[in-house]
Amino acid sequence: MWRSLWTLVRRDVSLIVMRRQDILTVVAFFIIVTTLFPLAVGPEPEILRALAPGGVWVAAALASLISLDRLFADDWRDGTLEQIVLSHQPLPMVALGKIAAHWLSLGLPLVILSPLLGYSLGLRGFELVVLMGSLALGTPVLSLLGATGAALMLGVRAGGALMALLVLPLYIPVLIIGSGAVSEAMHQAGPYAHLSLLGAMLAIALPLVPLAVAGALRISLD
Amino acid sequence: MVFRRIPWLTFAAPRNFHVLVQVLVPWLVGGAVVLAVAGLYTSFFVAPPDYQQGNSYRILFIHVPAAWMGMFIYLLMAVYGVIHLVWRIRLADMMARSLAPTGALMTFMALWTGALWGAPTWGTYWVWDARLTSTLVLLFLYLGYMALRTAVDDRENGARAASLLALVGAINVPIIYFSVEWWHTLHQGMSVTLTSAPTMAPSMFTALLLMTGACWLYCAAIALRRAQVEVLEREAETQWVRDLIRDGDSRTWDRNATVADARGTIREEGRS
Repeated sequence: MWRSLWTLVRRDVSLIVMRRQDILTVVAFFIIVTTLFPLAVGPEPEILRALAPGGVWVAAALASLISLDRLFADDWRDGTLEQIVLSHQPLPMVALGKIAAHWLSLGLPLVILSPLLGYSLGLRGFELVVLMGSLALGTPVLSLLGATGAALMLGVRAGGALMALLVLPLYIPVLIIGSGAVSEAMHQAGPYAHLSLLGAMLAIALPLVPLAVAGALRISLD
Repeated sequence: MVFRRIPWLTFAAPRNFHVLVQVLVPWLVGGAVVLAVAGLYTSFFVAPPDYQQGNSYRILFIHVPAAWMGMFIYLLMAVYGVIHLVWRIRLADMMARSLAPTGALMTFMALWTGALWGAPTWGTYWVWDARLTSTLVLLFLYLGYMALRTAVDDRENGARAASLLALVGAINVPIIYFSVEWWHTLHQGMSVTLTSAPTMAPSMFTALLLMTGACWLYCAAIALRRAQVEVLEREAETQWVRDLIRDGDSRTWDRNATVADARGTIREEGRS
């Protein structure tokens, strides 16, 4: 079972990495959304610094959202997904594998890039570490939650806006706690409570959400 | 067939459900009207003005029940969703579907009356307060639920997808609630809890209870009626609906209804 999971992860990662376009699109989207904040609000460092945790987190959540439609859609269109579902592997495991691959290839670049964007908005030193840490713990949860929406939306026409309506409300707790961690770090308070909460969310979502995703896949492929 | 012994399942058969609704709805509507009249009278003429907020607080007699109903209906919808997913009882799905617009309406009403109350009390129609924000998110959850249902072409698949979404949403509602609560709150603390005596005048509490009862009965009546229409629409091809159209009101139920009736398996096979 672990071997097939590993194979699936490797297959999915190499599929996405081979077609660099997707990664570049998501990363560019992340940067552009972050760039919009100074352009819209004005270049005063004080305001930008106050805005930075939320700005980077909102941009990351939106980037995670737009990357979702590729999660199952390609495999679904060419029939691969159906074959995987029909195979002997437990479906939640398959879902977990696909989500892990998706996060490794599309979520991890955002985490790596985030200190740069945080710096440009005026975060410094330890705050950047906390920003990166909160995103490292938080974006997997976003991928997991979003995967439920992506699985439900398979084969639905005009899915984009509807996907946002389904998934963004579920993102809210992660967004609050994630940007809260960075804000705490900015105000000389320890961000560890927030980071622990993010870790707890990840620990809860990791075993439970794949079950929901598997259910959603079964419904969509029915 | 162990299920057959459980009496409530009798009403999961569409035909029996129709009869049940025919009997129940007039009572529910009547009860809602009586309670609403009594509740409105108590809240406007009996309950004293608040010592801080004067008369403006009186809107909470509709605000609080609406907020309670908005949250409760979402949970109820999720429970029906689970029943539908696990036991494939189609009536549960029809109930969930019928509850959604009412729940969305109640949530919207809670926000609307809250804004009207906030203007004189807080000096603003809207603040990004914890409860307000989580209620707004709840409204979005309702809208997503209804949108997903209409977006999927196949009715049964759409129903199951929506049921799953309601379940995921219901697990998330407390998490959203608490995360928003930690985030920031301005809303006053709860005056009514299950564990301690209410911190308000008895007549205010009576008015609140009456209005809550009225809201409950109204929501039940509306949701049941909506589900009934849905049942008739889906079952339009069947013999009992044809009989109903021919003979008018039918008040007898089929005591031999089984779980297969509830799932519609017999009829599906018969049709194809």
